[in-house]
Amino acid sequence: MAHGGNHAASQAHGHDGHHDQEALRMMGFWIFLITDCILFGTLFATYVVLHGSTAGGPTASELFEMPGVIAETFILLTSSFTSGLAVLAMNKGSKRGLIGWLAVTAILGASFIGLEVSEFVKMVHEGATISTSAFLSGFFTLVGTHGVHVSVGLVWMVAIMLQLSRHGINSVTKRKVNVISLYWHFLDVVWIFVFTIVYMMGVK
Amino acid sequence: MKINSLSDFFVTGDPLIYGADVAIGLTMVAVVLVLTLFKRWGWLWREWLTTVDHKRIGIMYVIASLLMLFRGGMDALLMRTQLAMPDMEFLKPDHYNSIFTTHGVIMILFMAMPLMFGLFNLVVPLQIGARDVAFPFLNSLSFWLFFMGAMLFNLSFVIGGSPDAGWLSYPPLSERMFSPGVGQDFYIWGIQISGIGSLMTGINFIVTILKMRAPGMKLMKMPMFSWSVLSSCLTIILAFPILTVTLALLFIDRYFGAHFFTLDGGGNPMMYINLIWMWGHPEVYIVILPAFGIFSEVVATFSRKKLFGYKSMVFALMSISLFSFFTWAHHFFTMGSGADVNAFFALTTMLIAIPTGVKVFNWLFTMFRGKITFESPMLWTMGFIPCFVVGGMTGVLLSVAPADFQFHNSYFLIAHFHQVLIGGVAFGYFSGLYYWWPKVFGFKLNEKIGKYAFWFWNIGFYVCFMPQYVLGLMGMTRRVSTYGWDSGWWEWNFVSTIGGFLMGIGFLFQVWQILHSIKFMERVSGDPWNGRTLEWSIPSPAPAYNFATIPQVQERDDWWATKERKAQGVPEQPRAPLEPIHMPKNSGIPIIMSAFWFMAGFGLVFDWLWIAIPGLIGVAGSMLAHSFNYNTDYYIPVDEIESTEAAAGRVV
Repeated sequence: MAHGGNHAASQAHGHDGHHDQEALRMMGFWIFLITDCILFGTLFATYVVLHGSTAGGPTASELFEMPGVIAETFILLTSSFTSGLAVLAMNKGSKRGLIGWLAVTAILGASFIGLEVSEFVKMVHEGATISTSAFLSGFFTLVGTHGVHVSVGLVWMVAIMLQLSRHGINSVTKRKVNVISLYWHFLDVVWIFVFTIVYMMGVK
Repeated sequence: MKINSLSDFFVTGDPLIYGADVAIGLTMVAVVLVLTLFKRWGWLWREWLTTVDHKRIGIMYVIASLLMLFRGGMDALLMRTQLAMPDMEFLKPDHYNSIFTTHGVIMILFMAMPLMFGLFNLVVPLQIGARDVAFPFLNSLSFWLFFMGAMLFNLSFVIGGSPDAGWLSYPPLSERMFSPGVGQDFYIWGIQISGIGSLMTGINFIVTILKMRAPGMKLMKMPMFSWSVLSSCLTIILAFPILTVTLALLFIDRYFGAHFFTLDGGGNPMMYINLIWMWGHPEVYIVILPAFGIFSEVVATFSRKKLFGYKSMVFALMSISLFSFFTWAHHFFTMGSGADVNAFFALTTMLIAIPTGVKVFNWLFTMFRGKITFESPMLWTMGFIPCFVVGGMTGVLLSVAPADFQFHNSYFLIAHFHQVLIGGVAFGYFSGLYYWWPKVFGFKLNEKIGKYAFWFWNIGFYVCFMPQYVLGLMGMTRRVSTYGWDSGWWEWNFVSTIGGFLMGIGFLFQVWQILHSIKFMERVSGDPWNGRTLEWSIPSPAPAYNFATIPQVQERDDWWATKERKAQGVPEQPRAPLEPIHMPKNSGIPIIMSAFWFMAGFGLVFDWLWIAIPGLIGVAGSMLAHSFNYNTDYYIPVDEIESTEAAAGRVV
C-alpha cells in the first residue's frame, strides 16, 4: 500500500539497510486496531452483562427510537463508502478528488455525531441518564466511546485534508490517508455491532 | 470534588509524611541548584528530555524504576516494621492501608514494568541488528507517559492522600460511596496515563521485532531475549486495553455516578474483579516472560554453550502468553464462581506450569557440561532457579481450588507471589542489568560488592518469605495492620522483618556498587563477557546509530559463530561500504504532551475542570503539532560515522 518515497523500497528493507518507515507505520496501525478491538470487545461484554439491569428505570425497548438510529446507520455506512472513494481518487493521483471525498466523508461523519448527540440529549431529558441504571451506564459508555472515536477521526481527517492541500500526495500523506480510511472502516464495523447488539436486540 | 481547605489538599498530621515532604522539597531544590550551577539545563533538555534514541530512553527508564524500587521498598520496610511485634503502634491502620496499596501498585506498575521496558529499549534493537525501534517518537512518548503517570500517582502521597483500597482497588470499596477521597482518582489516572504508554511500547516492539531484524535473521535465528520480548508484547497488546476500559469504567462510576460496579442501580462489583484479573493475570506473565529471556541469554553465555532446546523455549514462551489469558478466575476461587468454573481454571493454572517447567529443564541442560563461570549475571540466575521452582510449586498448591479455600487471602499467598515476583522478576531484571550494564555504559559493575548485594538479597529473601508461608498456614490473613500476643505469630513475623531489612541492605550494596563503579570506572571492550549475540559485536557504549553497517546474519548465535570462524582463520566477508545513516530528530513534543496529560489527570482527580480542560486541549494540540511536522529526520554523513568508529578503535 504505502510506498517509501525517499528510498523507493517496497519491502521493509531498503538496499542500504534503511527501513520503509511508511510500511512500518501502516503495520503499527493495524496492531493498534487490534488493541482497539479488545477495547470495544470489553465494552460490549460489560454492556451485555448489564443490559438487563435496569434497576426500575426505562428498558431498551421503551427507550430506543429506531428511525433515528437507522438514519445514523445509513449515514455512517455511506461515509465509509465515500472514504473508499477518497482512497480511489488518491490512487488515481487526483488531489482535488481526494480532498473532496474526504470532505464529504467528514460532513457525513459530523451529521452522524449530530444525530447521536441529539438522541443522547433527548434521552437525558426523558430522565434516562448515565446514572439511572447499570444498563444505561453501559449504553452511554459503549455508544459514547464509539462516538468519541468518530469525533477524534473527524478532527484528524480535517488535519489530513489541510496537510494534503499543503504537501500534495506523497508517500507520507498517502500513508496517512490510508490509515484514516482504515480507521473509518473499522469504526463502521464497530457500529454494525452496536446497531445489532445494542439497538436491534434491544427493541426486539 | 472534596477539597475545602489547604489542610484537605496537603496531607497532614503524620510525622512520617512531614519528613517525606521535607525530603522531597530539599531534593528538588538540590536538583534545580545543581542543574543551574553547572549550567546543565540546556544539556538536559537536548540530550535527554527530548531524545528519541532507544538507548537513552532505556537508561531513563532504568533510573526511574530504581527510584520507584526505593520507594516501593521503603513501603515494604515500613510494613515489616509495623508487623515486627504484636500490638505495634508505628503505623495507624489507615496509613497501613495506603502503604500496602501503593507498595503493590508501585512495585508492579512503576518498578517492574519500566525496568522491563528499560531492558527492552537497551537491548532489543542491538540484539536484532537494528538502528532504532520502529517508532522512536512514540517510544519517547511512551516513556514520558509512564513517567508523568508515575509522578501523578506518587503525588498522592503528599497532596490529597494516597489510595488505600488495595493494589487492584476492588469495588465496592473503591467506589465513591466508600472511598470518597481523591486517592482513588490518583490511582485511576496515574495508572491510566502510564498504561497508555505501556500499550504503545507493546505495539512499538512488536513491529520492531517483526520488521526490523537484520537481513538473514529468520525468526528462528532470533536471540531468546528478543523472543521473550515479542511474547511479552503480544500479551501487552491483548491485555492492556482491558485495563484501560476497567479503570475508565471505575472512573465513570466515581465521576458521573454511573452504576457499573456499584452496589445499587444494578451494578455488578464482580464484573470489575473479573475484568481487572483478565488484565492482571496476563500482566504477571508480561513481566516474567522477559526475565525468562534474560536467563536464557545469561545461562548460554556463562556456560559457553548454545542454549539447550531453543525451539521448545520459543514454544514455551508463546504458549505461556496464550495460556495466560485463561487462568484469571483462579484469583477468586472463593468468590462464588461455582465448582465447574473453578475446576476449569484450576486445570488451566496447573497446565501453565508445564511450559515453565520445560524452561527450567532447558536452563539446567544448558549448564550441563558447560564451562560455567559465576559472574554477577550468572549468580542471579543461579539464585533464581531454586527460588522460582519452589515459588512455582506453591503456586500449583494454590491452584487446587478446594485447597485454595484454606490458603486464599492468607500470608501463604503473599509468600507465593513474592517468591515468583522477587525470585523471578526482580532477580531476572537484576541479572539482565548486570549482564548488559557494560554494553550500555562501557564499564562493568564491581563484582565484589555485587556478590555482597546478591547474598544479602538472596538470603534476605528466604528469611523474609519462608516464615510467611508458615504464618499463612497458621491463619494470618493479608492486609492486617497488627495482631495480638495471643495469636502466636510474632516470632515468625519478627524473623520475616529481619529478612526484609536484609534485602534492604542488599539494595544499599547495589547503590554503593553503582557509585563505586562509576568512580573507579574500568572501561571494557565491546564484548566483555565473550557473548554470543549481535549486541556484543559493536562498541560499548553503542554509537548513536548502533551499527555502522547492518550485519548479515547467518547463524542462531551469530556473533559467537563469527568469532569461531575468525579463530579458524576463515576470511571475513568484505563489509558493505559505509552509507549516510537515516536518523530520527529529537523532539520536545513527547514530554510536553505528557505534561499536558499530567495536567488533565490532576484536574480530573480534583474535579478542577479549569485545569483538566486546558490539559486535554494541550494533549490534542501536541498531537496535531506532531502531525503537521514533516521535518522529522536527518542523515549522519559518512565521515562522521568513520570518525566515531575510529574513536571506538574500530576499522570500517
